[in-house]
Parts: sequence; C-alpha cells; structure tokens
Amino acid sequence: MTEQPTEGEPIRTGIVGLGKMGISHFAIVNAHPDLELVAVADTNSFLTSAIKRYTKVEVYKDFKRMINEAKLDAVLIATPTRFHFEVARYALERGINVFVEKPFTLTLEEGRALVDLAKQKGVVNQVGFHNHFVGTFAEVRRLVNAQAIGEVYHVTGEAYGQVVTKPKTSTWRSKKSEGGGCLHDYASHVVDLMNWVVGPPVKVLGAHLNSIFSEGVDDAVHAVFEYKNGMSGQLTTNWSDTTYRKMTTRISINGKKGKIIADRQEVRVFLMPGCEVDGYGEGWSIKYITDLQKPVWFYMRGEEYSTQIDTFAHNIKSRNTEGENTFASAYATDEVLDMIQKADRARS
Amino acid sequence: MDRILFGDNQFFGVNHMSEEKARAQSMKFKDTAAIMKVIDVAYSEGIKTFMCTTHDRIGEVTDIVRDNPDRYNNFTFYPGMPYAHKYANAVGELGIMGTLKKFAPGSIISTVIRGAMAGITQDAYELMKMLVDAEMQRFQGTRTPVVFLQNVVTDLLLGFNMREMFRAFHDYVQQKYEAEAGFFSMNMPMLVDVLHGEGIENPIVCSNINKIGFRMCGGIEKYIDTLKTKQFRPIAMSVYASGAIPPEEAIKWVCELPKLEAIVFGASSRRNIVGTRDLVEKYWRFDN
Repeated sequence: MTEQPTEGEPIRTGIVGLGKMGISHFAIVNAHPDLELVAVADTNSFLTSAIKRYTKVEVYKDFKRMINEAKLDAVLIATPTRFHFEVARYALERGINVFVEKPFTLTLEEGRALVDLAKQKGVVNQVGFHNHFVGTFAEVRRLVNAQAIGEVYHVTGEAYGQVVTKPKTSTWRSKKSEGGGCLHDYASHVVDLMNWVVGPPVKVLGAHLNSIFSEGVDDAVHAVFEYKNGMSGQLTTNWSDTTYRKMTTRISINGKKGKIIADRQEVRVFLMPGCEVDGYGEGWSIKYITDLQKPVWFYMRGEEYSTQIDTFAHNIKSRNTEGENTFASAYATDEVLDMIQKADRARS
Repeated sequence: MDRILFGDNQFFGVNHMSEEKARAQSMKFKDTAAIMKVIDVAYSEGIKTFMCTTHDRIGEVTDIVRDNPDRYNNFTFYPGMPYAHKYANAVGELGIMGTLKKFAPGSIISTVIRGAMAGITQDAYELMKMLVDAEMQRFQGTRTPVVFLQNVVTDLLLGFNMREMFRAFHDYVQQKYEAEAGFFSMNMPMLVDVLHGEGIENPIVCSNINKIGFRMCGGIEKYIDTLKTKQFRPIAMSVYASGAIPPEEAIKWVCELPKLEAIVFGASSRRNIVGTRDLVEKYWRFDN
C-alpha cells in the first residue's frame, strides 16, 4: 500500500475516461477543496488537447503511465464498463483509492476479484450509484429501516428516459460487449436502489430484455424478483421512452402498515390509521427534495453527483473503507443483473 | 432591465418538485398556441421580457412575435443557451464527437477531428461562436438585449476553470448581437469572483435566490454576503423554491436583499402571473 495523504494535504486525484461522466467528474473534482485534480487519461485527443491548453491538469493517453507517473492518491474511472476491471485492478495493485462508475464490472469474476483486492489493499472503494445521495431516496431507506410502513411485502422499481429513440446509434452504449444496453445502464441504477432500500432478491423469477430499436442490446428490461420471507419485487426500465424529458427513476414500496412512492423530487407516504412516524401522520404526507437535500459546495447537474465525490474524499481522509456504495455493494447489484440475464436467456 | 421577467420552465415539463406536475404541464403546453396564450396574458399584464431556453419550440414563439410586430412591439427575449437536454440526449446517442458534429457542422469540427491540433485554443473559441450562432438563429429579427449562458455550461466551465471562455462569450455576444452577456449559475458567489477576475466588472448573473437556500451552493450566507459586497447585476430565480415557500413570504424576503435587478418566475395561469407581479410591486424597493 502506498502512503495515504495526511491530514490537510490535498488528495492527488486522476480521472480515466473523459466521456459524459468523466467530464462531469472533472468539474466536480476540480472544484473540491480537498481534492487536487492532477491528471487525466483519455484516448480522445480533441478533449485532452483542450484540457492541456486550458488547465494545469496533466494529460495522458495511457492510463498506466498516468497511474505510474502522476503520484496519485485516488483515481476515478469513467471508461466504458468493459475497461473498469483492467483499470481498477491496475490502480488497486498500486494502493490507490478507487472510484469507479456504474455498473461495476461486466462479469462476476472480475467484480469479485476487485472486491477482494480492494479489501486486501485496505483502500477506499466506491461505485457511482448516485441515487444513494439523492435526499428523497435516502429518506425512503430511512423510513423503511425505521419500520414506518411495517413489514414490506412488495417493491417496484422503475426508470424511464430517452437514450435510444431510433435504430442507429454509434456509441459504446449500443454495444453489449462494452457494457452497453438498458440493463447495465438504467436497470443497474434501479436494481441498486432497490437493493439499498430492501436488500437484494434471492431469485429472479422471470425477465424480459427487449430490443426496441437497438440491435444487440436491450432497450427495456422487465423482471420479477423474489426476496427472502416471500416478499416480491418488480423491475420496469425503458430507455426508449420519449415521453420522459430525462431519466426518471421511481421506487414504490408496499408494507403492511402503509406505502411509499418516491422519485428524485418527492416522497409520498401513506400510513394506515393509527400509524405515525416522525413527521408523517396517518393518511398521505408528502416531503419534497427542497426539504430533504443538503446543500453542496459546488453544483453541477445535481447535488448527488457532488455529494458522492465529497463522500469519496471524506472517506479517503478518514480512511473509511466501508463507506457508501462500496465495491461489495455494487457487486451485489451485478449479481442481480446476472440473474436477470440468465432468466432472460432461460425464457428464450 | 425589467424588474419582472417571465420564465419558460413551466412550458417544457420542468418542475423541480414534482414529476407528475411537470408531466401535466408538458401535456397542457403540447401546442405552441397554449404557450402563446400564457405569454399573451403575461404581456398584457405588463411583463414584457421572456427569459427562455433555446428549446426547439421556442422557435415557434419567436416566429409569432417576429411576424406580429405591432402586437408585440415591446416584446423582449432573454435567450439562455444551450438547451442542455438536447445536447445531453445527443451525447448518450452519438458520443461527444458525434454531438459536436451534429450541432456544429462545418470545417472546424472536421479539422479538429482530423487532428489538426495546433490551434486548439482558437478552435474552441470558433466552436463556441458556431454553437452560439446556431442557437441564436431562431431569434433573428427579435429583440435580445441580453444573451445568457445556461447553468450547465457555465458551471462546467467554472469547474474546469476555463475562465477565458466566459470573457470570450461575453465579447462575442456583444460584438455579434450587440447584446450583454448573462450567466445562469448554481454557484453564484464563486462565479461572480471568476467573472470579475476576467475583467467583466458588472456581470449579469441569474441564480437561485430563495429564503430556504434551495440550490444556493456555497450556502445562503455566502450568497447574501456576495449580494452585499460585490458589484454585479443579480437576477433571482427559483424564489419560491418550486413552491416550498408561500408566495408573499418568498417575495418579501427576496425584495429585502440588496442589489437585486430582477426576479424571474414561471406561471401558467393569470391568477399566478398577476399574483407574483403584484407581490413584487408591493415589496420592490430597488430604484432602477
């Protein structure tokens, strides 16, 4: 293990992959008082030239060179999913704290290896499932854990949006081998959220992966889950739904004493007569994101993107390797995605 | 600058508090005629400035305003660009280079892609100019005294610390469109300092300013301190925090802050338009 940054010293940070997420991480890391963005690696010379010209950040084509030369304390990996394993392993082997975008890895073997390696090296490890940092979803988890709606018997997770709306697209997101498809993109977020709130299912009873416009990848994923103690779950995700302006995620939970429906904006809670939990009385109550989201030091497209990086930085400083969204928790999500794929194959 | 500006979020299914409400609104405003009806109400109630995104459908609004000069002789647009979701969706579908190719066709991009990197600084400026021109096309022949950079782009540039681009945008809209530059941001105190550093001495900055500190990054105290001590022309948006603050309380609080130039708000009914206008008139104490 390399030396970890000491108190007060900035955390030397690098980013691998400057796509949509990498660019967003760049801005957030660069604006964070405890992180110092020192290097980025990407093969796209248009972007790296611009960065070289406009900023003081070192630019590399080869991530290995960056990791070897830039004396990093932390690395953020925002490459296509296929490369997550290779880059993360390389960084972990050198004792570097790793944040990797979601989904975690494309195979369970790779995921398991990274979970073990991170543990062995004792470094901070985090995956970009940012819903954990959305105030409304955190409130849902709090309520469920507090038994606000009693014993939960059903959970529904949904996500809709318009990523692929016509037959031909040209990015890695349309290639299964690179980690494209609605399952790894939209559905992974929802499965992770469901896992976070009610725990992982034990079984996927059935699944249907539908290619609406794409060839080779799925545009919609539907699945039915079974949990221990007989609880059921349903997953509905579709990234070819043009009626949604942007990605919209919703989770609904039925319990014996009430029901919770939440999205990024609001939490609606129904409690049966006689039930009451701090701030929520019987009947319907609504809480809005304006009450539930804590402010951030720098805002770029949503508080959750800032908060997850802040959490990563905080965990590095406090040497907390068991924080929010660890590799192990993302691995549990990958296990469900794997079961969904198997259930779909069994069907066809 | 008018003290009350009319916003457009309500027309395009943007509601920071409720997705259901956003959906209902986007159904209601399916036709541009429905949008025009509300704009006409605001206009007839004395609200002459429409602060809008460069959403494709705004083009239909500009057409109507341009084609009816007598009716809309005082109508002013404050365009804010780019309409980010147009680009964000394209990035998901086409990748970053594909998106640039789609929205800024022409020699610059192909040069860039071919790898002629020598003049990358120049190229980035040229690219910015082309994107601004593309977004401004639909506003030709209308009055656009202030042209805004949307917060996603402002805050991205801020995060990247690409400060020169603010100056370049400022100078370009001035030179080409005889307009002042405005900046939307979710990080107002940080931005104001950066703009001053770039020699933009009295910048127009539109940011969330509301009593509960919703999406006021850096904290409400920092915002108030910036309002008190820095030279700039602030426009308050999200004054109701998407409805979390009762109207009168919200407007009274905002109007008690120093320096405000204008308040932008969105509404879909005459009642709400008139309600906000009357509250602003009641509590406004800035002399401009």
